[in-house]
Amino acid sequence: MKKETKPVKAVSNKPKVAFFDFACCEGCQLQITNLGEGLLDILGAIDVVEFREAISEKWDKDYDVVFIEGSIGDHHAEERLKKIRARAKVLIAYGSCATTGGVNGMKNSFELDEIRASVYGKDYKLFDSTPTKAVHQVVKVDYSINGCPIYAPELVEVLKCALRGLPYTVPDNPVCAECKLNENVCMYERGISCLGPWTKAGCNSWCVNNGNICYGCRGEVKNPAKNANDIIGKYNLKPELIKNKFDMYNKCKEGDK
Amino acid sequence: MATANKNLDIKVEYVTRVEGHGNIVVNVKEGKIEKCEFHVVETPRLFEGMLRGRSIFEAQHITSRICGICSCGHTLASIQAAEDALGVVPTEQTVKLRKLLLDYEFLDSHLLHVYLLAAPDVLGVPSFIPLIGTHNAVVRRALRMKKAVNDVCDILVGRHIHPITAIVGGWTKLPSKKDIDTQIKILEDMAPDMGETLKLAKVLKFPDFHRETEYVALVSDDGEYPLLNGDIGSTDGKRVSKKDYRKSTNEFIDPRSSAKFTKWSRESLFVGALARFNLNSNKLHPKAKAVAKDLGLKPVCYNPFMNTVAQVVEIVHCYYHALEILKDLKKNGVDYSQQLTVGVNEKGAVPVRAGNGVGSVEVPRGILHHNYETDKAGMIKLANCIIPTNQNVNNIEHDFTKFLPEIITQPKADITLKLEMLVRAYDPCISCSAHYLDVKYVD
Repeated sequence: MKKETKPVKAVSNKPKVAFFDFACCEGCQLQITNLGEGLLDILGAIDVVEFREAISEKWDKDYDVVFIEGSIGDHHAEERLKKIRARAKVLIAYGSCATTGGVNGMKNSFELDEIRASVYGKDYKLFDSTPTKAVHQVVKVDYSINGCPIYAPELVEVLKCALRGLPYTVPDNPVCAECKLNENVCMYERGISCLGPWTKAGCNSWCVNNGNICYGCRGEVKNPAKNANDIIGKYNLKPELIKNKFDMYNKCKEGDK
Repeated sequence: MATANKNLDIKVEYVTRVEGHGNIVVNVKEGKIEKCEFHVVETPRLFEGMLRGRSIFEAQHITSRICGICSCGHTLASIQAAEDALGVVPTEQTVKLRKLLLDYEFLDSHLLHVYLLAAPDVLGVPSFIPLIGTHNAVVRRALRMKKAVNDVCDILVGRHIHPITAIVGGWTKLPSKKDIDTQIKILEDMAPDMGETLKLAKVLKFPDFHRETEYVALVSDDGEYPLLNGDIGSTDGKRVSKKDYRKSTNEFIDPRSSAKFTKWSRESLFVGALARFNLNSNKLHPKAKAVAKDLGLKPVCYNPFMNTVAQVVEIVHCYYHALEILKDLKKNGVDYSQQLTVGVNEKGAVPVRAGNGVGSVEVPRGILHHNYETDKAGMIKLANCIIPTNQNVNNIEHDFTKFLPEIITQPKADITLKLEMLVRAYDPCISCSAHYLDVKYVD
């Protein structure tokens, strides 16, 4: 979108960090402003060289760390992402849309031309649109920060690891592990199905703490709760109901196969 | 600068949020305006298409993801539409808490907008970032206020971005006594920063530009400043019920632009803080009325730049209105038996029927409409969302057409800045407003 090059002055040896947004609500970017004055501490440790909201492009050297927010849903976005990756030492997929395709993945439940026409009518071809992809389905991803929206404490942890070159691993536990520690009454005991048994922990069971169910925004755990499949039997659930609920954030997973 | 033979070619490419990309295109040849347009291209995220086949009980969760800034506003419009379709009537307590949530949404969004726009304009810098070095106290105040509003929102609704506890039928978690006390304390502690914000607002200077247009917002017959309930009304004397929202938007395609435009009684309409002020200023909190007077804002005000001032007035209104609700809850207590957990209503806790429902809610940038049609199992068949910024695009373009000839004699840098400021005054979205506009001249 940018027309002119306004070089950013490199005045320090601090790591050069950039933020890029693709198809998303930009809520994960906004989570950063909710850090309050703590944000100034983070800004003191890095040089933000590209941030669409505040800084004119463009930085013509390599990036130390890039944050990619949003999923990839048109040809231009795919090319743009590849170009960013080529210049980035470390790439962080930031938020559900980037890590799993997020709610944008529901587009893939429909025949592409049909859903485009349903919103834009006969002129739908004015707006390029491709099946939704998560960032890792287009380029190599070094770190992932899950969640819709991201959980701010996790952002700080991942950024620290990325800047030091240390690995960050999301524990492969289901949300139930955290939910139990928080002493919530299990939703299944209240007669309501919840995606906690199949969903990666790390959010501190944010939604269930607040009386709602888990919607699976952090993506599927490799090893679902030991009794996850038993839950389907025990509570007489329809597997297709669970699958349908999981598709809200995880439809793009089918592209991994 | 001589203007009779002036040539000007302005192209501002300007990225917006859910509303997509907006471009300013100005073309002046030998002093004659050939083109003066504001274009919006929607970002194809296809939410209305994706909602089809989902449960009406998931609509709020999904549509709050349309916009990270206005997620509480989308949540409330979505819930209202779903309840209208299902025939659910929320309790008085539920409505009170929804109004509190809306106050928080306005505070959060308006504060960010006023600080991101007003402070840089007043202090003569092109964006917020340089202020960290030069005006650290202002930056810290803005971040502190933003954090405070975020904190009360966390307590009320789980989190501000993509709220958790507000659902069809009510609330999954109701605030404890301690939660209410904490919210009151956080808001009361904000008082000195509120005072400083008003001082900042007083030194704001805006171009003297006026164009009569139709201001559209919720109107009601009771004494409350209507943000959640009421009919859709206008300064041209129109009034329709929410069910007839399409009569107030009349979306049409303009061949020059791929965005849908809206109009009602005349060529264009205005939604947002200034529209609400123009229609309902007599219902504002007394403290907000006093601030409006102090800042020289009077209805009907036809200067779109004053939208920012109207936002400041609403900040004051929502601040005191929120405190009143909280103190009422503290005094009269909360009925915790109303707490409910529904999921996708698989246990049928809420009776389901086929229906067609509309939710029209004032959100920071203007009136927002959600409309769902459901089948008898509560599955969404059709969805339609009309977002405030899209309603304003047509009005922005008409403003340009009147404004440009009035400033055409000025240096090109001033013209560009003023056109940018005009777009920003509508607060199309925070990210776009704060974004540098890349301007290209050929003359």
